[in-house]
Amino acid sequence: MKLQQLSLFLENRPGRLGAPLEAIAAGGINILTLSLADTAQFGILRLIVRDWEKAKRILEEAGWIVNLTEVVAVDLLDRPGGLAAALKILEGANLNIEYMYAFSLRRDDKAILIFRFEDPDRAVQVLLDHGLEVVDADELMRHVPE
Amino acid sequence: MNGRDPVDRREEEAGRIWNPGAETLPREELRALQLERLRATVERVSQVPFYREHFRRQDLGAHSIRTLDDLRRLPFTTKEDLRRHQPLGFLAVPRHEVARIHGSSGTTGTPTFVAYTAQDLRTWSELCARFLVAGGLRPHHTAQVAFGYGLFTGGFGLHYGIERVGAAVIPAAAGNTRRQLDIMRELDPEVLICTPSYALTIADGARELGIEPRSLPIRYGHFGGEPWSEDMRREIESELNILAFNNYGLSEVFGPGVSGECPARNGMHIQEDHFIVECLDPETLEPVPEGEPGELVITNLSREAMPLLRYRTRDIARLDRTPCACGRTTTRMSRVTGRTDDMLIIRGVNVFPSQIEEALLRVEGATPHYLIEIDRPGTLDEVHVKVEMHPEIFSDRMDRMQTLCERISREIQTVAGIRAHVDLVEPRSIERSVGKAKRVLDKRGLHRDDDA
Repeated sequence: MKLQQLSLFLENRPGRLGAPLEAIAAGGINILTLSLADTAQFGILRLIVRDWEKAKRILEEAGWIVNLTEVVAVDLLDRPGGLAAALKILEGANLNIEYMYAFSLRRDDKAILIFRFEDPDRAVQVLLDHGLEVVDADELMRHVPE
Repeated sequence: MNGRDPVDRREEEAGRIWNPGAETLPREELRALQLERLRATVERVSQVPFYREHFRRQDLGAHSIRTLDDLRRLPFTTKEDLRRHQPLGFLAVPRHEVARIHGSSGTTGTPTFVAYTAQDLRTWSELCARFLVAGGLRPHHTAQVAFGYGLFTGGFGLHYGIERVGAAVIPAAAGNTRRQLDIMRELDPEVLICTPSYALTIADGARELGIEPRSLPIRYGHFGGEPWSEDMRREIESELNILAFNNYGLSEVFGPGVSGECPARNGMHIQEDHFIVECLDPETLEPVPEGEPGELVITNLSREAMPLLRYRTRDIARLDRTPCACGRTTTRMSRVTGRTDDMLIIRGVNVFPSQIEEALLRVEGATPHYLIEIDRPGTLDEVHVKVEMHPEIFSDRMDRMQTLCERISREIQTVAGIRAHVDLVEPRSIERSVGKAKRVLDKRGLHRDDDA
């Protein structure tokens, strides 16, 4: 029920974001979604790709530092209050969200959000217990273009 | 209170000699005095275990010093020797005769202590009085000391030198530029004493408050405690409309007062009745050819509590034995143009790159690949420590990465005593050099030998 996310360390200066993206593109890997956190000095690029093992290998061989993290993809109703309701559940269960970002894919009346939790297993359980839809990797991949 | 004298008149006024008997002593008499004092010093340090042991092994003593050339038979003393015999292992008098203790800026976390007898303190005041007077201080003047007062020898050394001259002293101490300016404008001091970079900070501070720096009452500045350049002197002089004088000293051999400039400002006159300064090749330890740069090696001639023989300063400078227009007969030394080791002086604090490395090692997982970049964007030194990222410390969480930067910065503050910006950089982005790694990029341009 969890997704593998790749994180890369980048210096915050012109051209630094393009280099790793070109490397994985050359390997034929499409990025499903990404988020970038940055300070004045450096940034952390987080990627969700279909073949994360291959992408990780390509990036590491090219000299990047790659971190592998389990994140949780949650299907939320795409309407006002959809996210707020989910956050309320997580808060009630004392689950801390390290960060989150939106998935670039929307299906029917649902939007997918990616959550990074300290304890992803418990988060998945809490979300399921409250009737929310947690999307697993295989299912997600079925919905995105090759 | 004081009109703005044209600079040429100030130079004339500056050209006085505090102790003509000593400072213009004919060379022959000076050498005779040095020999006599060197013998007495060798006798005195026979009390110090470090020297006693050496003398015993080499069968040396005061009797071995027949001419000044015999100085070369005496052992060197290094910072390491001082450290190994801390605290006060080099004391040549009973402890109860010690009147004051100072310390060098802590280069490895622990300061090296230096001791003074009451007579030493009088000698030190005399040494400071000489260069202060050579650089314009007069008994009717008021001098503002914006040096740190504490273990550091700058504040107290200059303070007592000013009092010795008979001038008034304002012990403003370091920092708080706003207050320095208030004091300056209320009390009209003619003389400012601080580090050269702080002089520029004061000028900037004035401008920020809408005060024209050239309108400040100071007319002379005595600057030391850190390396500076001729360019910087020109900047200070034009910013503040003052005459800026350089002086040199180090706590291990007394503190400020080893040498200082006269109005010719073409080298610092070494107070040779109190010090013998050799200029040696740091590798062969042989004298360099006349006028060539070498390591300054200093022997105390008049110190009671802690006289040192042939102390290796690690400072690189040149000596000039040609006569000076000012009438002083003493040898002059150039400004310090480098170091034989990798010591950096950052905002007046002595820092070794190895301390930055030690700080990084204290942070679990931090890499040994780092680069220290020092710049002076305004008037103050700014340090960036670039640390290469590697898998063990990389996290996808921004808060963890920021905490890492803060931890490294805190360790650097603890170990090296300086505030540094920590920049995390990509792996292998710091240039790998063959052999000795390049750890320092000093962009301040302070070490140009430009006063030749």
